[in-house]
Amino acid sequence: MSSNVRKKSFTFSKTIVYLLLAIAAFLSIFPLYWMFVMATNHNSAINNVPPAILPGSELVTNFQNVLSTIDFFGAIGNSLIVSTVTTIGVLFLCSLAGFAFAKFHFKGKNVLFVAILVTMMIPPQLGLIPQYIIITKLDWLNDLKAIIVPGMIDAFGIFWMRQYISSNVPDELVDAAKIDGCSNFRVYWNIAVPVIIPAFATLAIIKFMYMWNDFLWPLVVLREESSYTIQIALRGLIDNYVRDNGMILSGTFWATVPLIVVFLLLNRLFIQSLTEGAVKS
Amino acid sequence: MAKTHTQASISNQPPNKKKSSLSEKTKEAISGYIYISPFFILFAIFGLFPILFSFYLGFQSWNGLGEMKFVGLQNFEWILTDPLFWKSLSNTLIMWVLGTLPQLIIGIILAYALNSALIRFKSFFRVSIFMPYVTSTVAVAIVFGIMFNDQDFGLINVILGWFGVDPVSWSTTEWGVKIAISTMVFWRWIGYNTIIYLAGLQAIPNELYEAAKIDGATTRQKIQYITIPMLRPILILTVFTSTIGALQLFTEPLVYIGRTYREEGITVVLYLYREAFVNLAYGPASAAAIILFFIIIVLSAINVFVANRIGK
Repeated sequence: MSSNVRKKSFTFSKTIVYLLLAIAAFLSIFPLYWMFVMATNHNSAINNVPPAILPGSELVTNFQNVLSTIDFFGAIGNSLIVSTVTTIGVLFLCSLAGFAFAKFHFKGKNVLFVAILVTMMIPPQLGLIPQYIIITKLDWLNDLKAIIVPGMIDAFGIFWMRQYISSNVPDELVDAAKIDGCSNFRVYWNIAVPVIIPAFATLAIIKFMYMWNDFLWPLVVLREESSYTIQIALRGLIDNYVRDNGMILSGTFWATVPLIVVFLLLNRLFIQSLTEGAVKS
Repeated sequence: MAKTHTQASISNQPPNKKKSSLSEKTKEAISGYIYISPFFILFAIFGLFPILFSFYLGFQSWNGLGEMKFVGLQNFEWILTDPLFWKSLSNTLIMWVLGTLPQLIIGIILAYALNSALIRFKSFFRVSIFMPYVTSTVAVAIVFGIMFNDQDFGLINVILGWFGVDPVSWSTTEWGVKIAISTMVFWRWIGYNTIIYLAGLQAIPNELYEAAKIDGATTRQKIQYITIPMLRPILILTVFTSTIGALQLFTEPLVYIGRTYREEGITVVLYLYREAFVNLAYGPASAAAIILFFIIIVLSAINVFVANRIGK
């Protein structure tokens, strides 16, 4: 039966499907490949007709030029600090709040939860100028705190954690732990946290990516080069008078490699986490 | 077993049982409030207050340093009579259509292809198509900016040359800029939407298709009466998120057109940024933010309305 289906469908339509996917895969990967090619070629190779499509020998030179133009490693370090600290903070605060919404009884719980959901509808640019003024007043300009602290607000994270805890942490377990005399925080820490590791993984990936790629807010509050995140620093590459494309693409390439490596290592989890979020909400 | 355990633990502490169960409730409520308070405290400072203050600033004249002056609707008047604001709005909407519509349609087709049962190398295709999403927006804008070089050695122009098309000045022409920016958006987000549609397709029970097959349904009928209706919630989600995302378009145009803020590619958020942080006109910038807010609300409402009709 199944071999019959197999034979029948090995036809025209199947060829179309493969062709379509092959083209899509090629177009998806090509710009990344080309970025690598340019990162290894001299600027002049790019201005040829046709431009180079094979790797050259300027890998090291181009990257040295990047290092002399921007503080590449400093900016990567800043991005790492911002993304890691914010992600850890968000995981803790959102799971704690999600736990309270899922398992505790207190007055106004539902109204407060809906209020959190409503905040998700507001475009972040609406409060941009006053936010900038607050950061100035706090004297946090050029300070990574300006990115980290406001980044801790995450309505989606609370929503996500509440859903997950509601359906995966049994009430009986919570009650039993309480009867045994566990404090509320210990119930959270010893009962809920071990159960919600998959939810942590998903939220961590989403949040880390978001913070790593954020551009507008860091652009507004980070004005000094020493505080730049990698996205802001990369932009510095193209502001030069002499456009050295080999150098520019070397910078973007090396700033992209860590993300792609992490993605390839975690890709199952990564794609699964996205689809989980989509289907449930 | 469990019962005796419960009884034992109750009998262990009979004297203050009643008192502790009462305070237990209060304790739980207090813990609850404490656990959710970080969100509300931070949101009050960095979310709610700035939003309210924006609505206030929209009616003031202020450069961030001197005294604020109440100017009534002057800022709104100023914004709404500025041709560049209307340009930024129409640019945003055009790039929304150019970047989003093909993305959703092709995303569904790719998801459908990936979902066909007999495909080999499924995970290779899935990973490749998803890869652009993992690249940062700034990197994408820089790479595509170089690919869309105006000269005849620009990669896109070289490829067009193979088909006998003359080189296009991408960064200086009305449609060139928009096509270049929309392509960046399209490339980065197509895989994301494909994966989400794929998840939606996989959630449709196979029995539905089998039943339809027994009833003699054609492929087209299966798509029309099973796939699209079952996919509707996901469709609404993607239309919704990509619309809100497109209205907030900022990074790609800023990196591509740079500090010239060329009017062919300026978007509403870019306009807002320029008014606020380049011209230091906080009043008009806030007015623009308020207008953007209402546009997002109206468009979201239209979106939900239209998406609800898909497949009905």
